[in-house]
Amino acid sequence: MGEELKLLGMWGSLFSRRVEMALKIKGVEYEYSEQEIFHNKSASLLKYNPVHKKVPVLIHNGKPIAESQVILEYIDDTWKDHPILPQDPYERAMARFWAKFLDEKCVPALWKACMSVGPEREKTQEEACELLSTLEGELKGKKFFGGENIGFVDIVADVLGYWVGVLQEAVGVDILTEDKFPVLCRWAEDFRNCPVVKENLPPRDRLLAFFITQSEMLNSLQQK
Amino acid sequence: MADGGEVKLLGFWGSPGSPQQEELYAIAVQSVHKKVPVLVHHGKPIAESLVILEYIDETWKQSRLLPQDPSERARARFWAKFADEKCVLAIMAVFRSEGEEQQKLVLEARETLKILESGLEGKLFFGGETINFVDVATGWIGCWAQIVEEITGTSLIDAENMPSLDAWFKRFLELPVIKECVPPWDKLIELNSGFHKMCVA
Repeated sequence: MGEELKLLGMWGSLFSRRVEMALKIKGVEYEYSEQEIFHNKSASLLKYNPVHKKVPVLIHNGKPIAESQVILEYIDDTWKDHPILPQDPYERAMARFWAKFLDEKCVPALWKACMSVGPEREKTQEEACELLSTLEGELKGKKFFGGENIGFVDIVADVLGYWVGVLQEAVGVDILTEDKFPVLCRWAEDFRNCPVVKENLPPRDRLLAFFITQSEMLNSLQQK
Repeated sequence: MADGGEVKLLGFWGSPGSPQQEELYAIAVQSVHKKVPVLVHHGKPIAESLVILEYIDETWKQSRLLPQDPSERARARFWAKFADEKCVLAIMAVFRSEGEEQQKLVLEARETLKILESGLEGKLFFGGETINFVDVATGWIGCWAQIVEEITGTSLIDAENMPSLDAWFKRFLELPVIKECVPPWDKLIELNSGFHKMCVA
């Protein structure tokens, strides 16, 4: 088809992996370029995402698209087979609502809950659990947020499907546990077992080491 | 509404989200965030203004807010998100602060607005000759920024440093369809002055 499709990503980034999952669902070939995300950002990254200077960035026939949810919608708008978003406008609105909830509330709250120390820890963990309860309620009776197959919300919920489990182990906290959130934990296992997800998860030991380092760095900064 | 279906918009007349919508009714609907705006169509509620805008665009197809081309759509979503997440938060931070801290936050807010200006690319509107999704989603920020400027005595948008953004806000707020939706200036000032006192108390 003569199309040029390139993804600027990072092996451990849950945002970057979302895009890879979506591209695999669509069966689309792409070139992957691993990026430095902390220091020494590449000229490409700075050129194609001057506003945020972050991954993921999808470059399609020279045109860059940034922000993972915007990219997911772009992928769904461009390759029509195996839709990621529902067809009905109301269902689409619900999917976008939950995706926004995940990224604006859950991801920051989970990170905060895992990275906070001392007396703050209890409060941040409580807040994270409250948010997870809302999602647990939304998921009841469904195999995936998207129904029988994974969709937009499941992909955006990858933080819960895999990353938070590794992060919890790295810092020694228990937030997303089976006794507190049985439905979410069952979903997470089903999510991880989907072929497009399984092939796209960063290696556990490498991610664990990465989170441990992050946590140690933050702790030393907080103690200064 | 064109399809004869029942549409109710729950909005608070002074909230930043409400000027984007075409009609206002005051009906209470429970939502996850317990915030306005909430659109209720055929008895089904939708919350979050950008989500509502996309729903409106997909349901009433007579006048599209989003472009048809996927990469233009992505651009529109990107800028709406940027304004919603960065500009709004930055201006809110100025509103809630005082003194030296506020001065620092004003600089940060102006920086985000300068970036938003770059997305405009010197056009009349984000949609080109006419307004699109981004204009509707973000144009109200100009009105709110002016309110914050008046109440806090700061300068966020000025014609000298952000000429095309400044012109765009003014142009947007002068459009008849938008003008109809913006609450009276003195009422907005009164309402937001009240909020401001609560924030800095």
